[in-house]
Amino acid sequence: MFEATQLNRRNETTQKLFRFALGGMTGILILPVILILGMLIWKGAPVISFEFLFTGPTKGMTAGGIFPALLGTVLLVLVALLASVPLGVAAAIYLSEYAPDNWFTRAINLAIINLAGVPSIVHALFGVGAFVIFFRFGTSILAASLTLAIMTLPVVIVATRESLQAVPEAFREACWNMGATRWQTIRRVVLPNAVTGILTGVILEVSRTAGETAPIMFTGAAFFLPLLPQSVFDQTMAMSLHLFVVSTQVPNMPEHLPYGVALVLISMVLLMNSLSIALRMYLRGKKKW
Amino acid sequence: MVISPRDAATRKVTAQPVKLGVSDLRIRYGDHTALEGVTLDIHEHEIFGIIGPANAGKTSFLKAINRMDMFNSDMYVDGRITFNGVDTRKVRNVYGLRRRIGVVFPLPVGLPLSVYDNVALSPRLRGEKERAELDVIVERCLRRAALWDEVKDRLNSLGSMLSGGQQQRLTIARALSQDPELLMLDEFSIAVDPVTTMRIEDVLKELREEVTIILVTNLVQQARRLADRTALFLDGRCVEVGVTEDLFTGEVSDQRTRDYVEGRFG
Repeated sequence: MFEATQLNRRNETTQKLFRFALGGMTGILILPVILILGMLIWKGAPVISFEFLFTGPTKGMTAGGIFPALLGTVLLVLVALLASVPLGVAAAIYLSEYAPDNWFTRAINLAIINLAGVPSIVHALFGVGAFVIFFRFGTSILAASLTLAIMTLPVVIVATRESLQAVPEAFREACWNMGATRWQTIRRVVLPNAVTGILTGVILEVSRTAGETAPIMFTGAAFFLPLLPQSVFDQTMAMSLHLFVVSTQVPNMPEHLPYGVALVLISMVLLMNSLSIALRMYLRGKKKW
Repeated sequence: MVISPRDAATRKVTAQPVKLGVSDLRIRYGDHTALEGVTLDIHEHEIFGIIGPANAGKTSFLKAINRMDMFNSDMYVDGRITFNGVDTRKVRNVYGLRRRIGVVFPLPVGLPLSVYDNVALSPRLRGEKERAELDVIVERCLRRAALWDEVKDRLNSLGSMLSGGQQQRLTIARALSQDPELLMLDEFSIAVDPVTTMRIEDVLKELREEVTIILVTNLVQQARRLADRTALFLDGRCVEVGVTEDLFTGEVSDQRTRDYVEGRFG
C-alpha cells in the first residue's frame, strides 16, 4: 500500500540533496566569523593587559597601550549620541504619530532611506565642509561626532519609528476617545511601550559608530597625540583609526599589537550587540499585550 | 382623548431635553457612503438602542458623534450633530467634548498599564492628582462595571493581561471614569459571558438616572430589554426610529423593521 514509486524515490533524493546543499551554504556563513574571532583572540590576546588598556602608546606607537584611542572612541560615541538620539527620536515620533500621509512626509521618508545609503567617505567630506569649515569647529571631537551622528541618524529614526508603530493603533484610539490629546497619548501609552525598542536601536547605533573610520579621519581623529583631549574642540585619537595606523603606517610594529587593538575594538562592538540582543529578549519576555 | 401606555412612554422620554441632536447626517469614507440621511434626537436619561446588521453604519455613527473623523483623513462627515445644543463641528475644545462622551468598542482594549492606571487614566488626563480621590474613582468605576471583586487584589497587574471579558469590563470602567454625560456602547457584550452581560445591563439601567446611553447592539432582545427607543440602521440608512416596544409589537413605518426584529431576513 505504501511502497515508494520511482517518482517518490526521486523526489526523496532531490530533497536530501537540497537540504545538504542549503545546510552547507549556511555553514559557510559562520566560517568567517569563527575565523576572524579565532585569529584575533589567538594573536591578540597575549598583548591584552591592564597596562595595554590604560596607558598611552610609547616608542612611536610600537609599544605601550591604547588608552587615548579607547577614551577617544568613547567620547566620540557619547557626543554623537547626544546629538543623534534627541534629533532622531523626535523626528521618528513626528513621522510616526503626527505626520499626515502626503507628498512631504513621503519625501522625508525617502530622504531618510537615501541618507542611510550614503557611503561613509561621502559623509566624511560633508563633515569637513559643514562642521570643520563652515561652522568653524575645526578638526575636533565635536565635528567628528556630529558627522557620525548624521551618518547614524537613519538607524535611530528607523528603529524608533518601528518600535512606535509596533504599539497597536487600538491603544491610541482608546486614549483619544477619552479626550486625550495626541501628546498625552504618546507620553502615557505609546512611548512607555516603545522605549525598550528605541533603546535597542540606540545600542545598535553605538556599536556602528564605534567602528567607523572614514567619517572621523578628516574631521577629528588624529594619527597620534601626546596629550588627552581637554574639550570637545580638541582632536582625539580613536580605536578604528589607531588600528589603521598601527597596522599599515608604522614601521617595525610588533606583530601582536595590531591584533590586540583589533580585538579590543571588536569586543566593544560585540559587547554592545549582545547587550542589544539581551534587551530584545528581555523585551519579548515582558510583552505587555 | 385616551393616552395609551405606549404614548405615555414616548412622551416621558421625549419630554426630557434633547441631549444629542442629529440632522441630515451623512458619513462617507472616500467615495463610499457609509451612512446618510440620518435625522434623530436623543433625549437626556434615555437609553437609545441602535440595531442593524453589519455594515449598516452603526459604528460610523458613533465615531462621528465623538469627532473621531479628525483622526481619519479618509472619513468625511456632513450634516449637523449637536451636543447639549452646541454644534459639535464648531466646538473648539474637542478634547472637552470627548471627555463628556464615554465610548466602549466591541473589542476590549485593556491598555498596557496596570488595572488601576487604566481606570485612573482619564481622571489624570483631567488633571486629578490626589491619590485618595483617584482611589475612590477607581473603586467606584470598577464596582459599577462588575469587575471590582475579581481584580481588587491585583490592581497593579497589567490590564492588557486580563481575560477578554474582564478587559471589556475594564473598558467600561474606564469609560465610566470619564464621568460621561453620554455613554456609547458598541456591542459591548460581544466578549462577555451571559451572566456578566446581565450584571452590566443592570448597571446600565441604574446609570440611566445620571447619563444618556446609546446602545448599539447585535442582540435584538438586548435592545428590547434596555432601550427606551430604538433605531434600525439598514444599508447605511436609518429606516426606523421608535419606542422600542413598537418595533416588536406596534406600528412600524417600514416592514423591514418587523422582519429584522423577528429574524426573518435574507
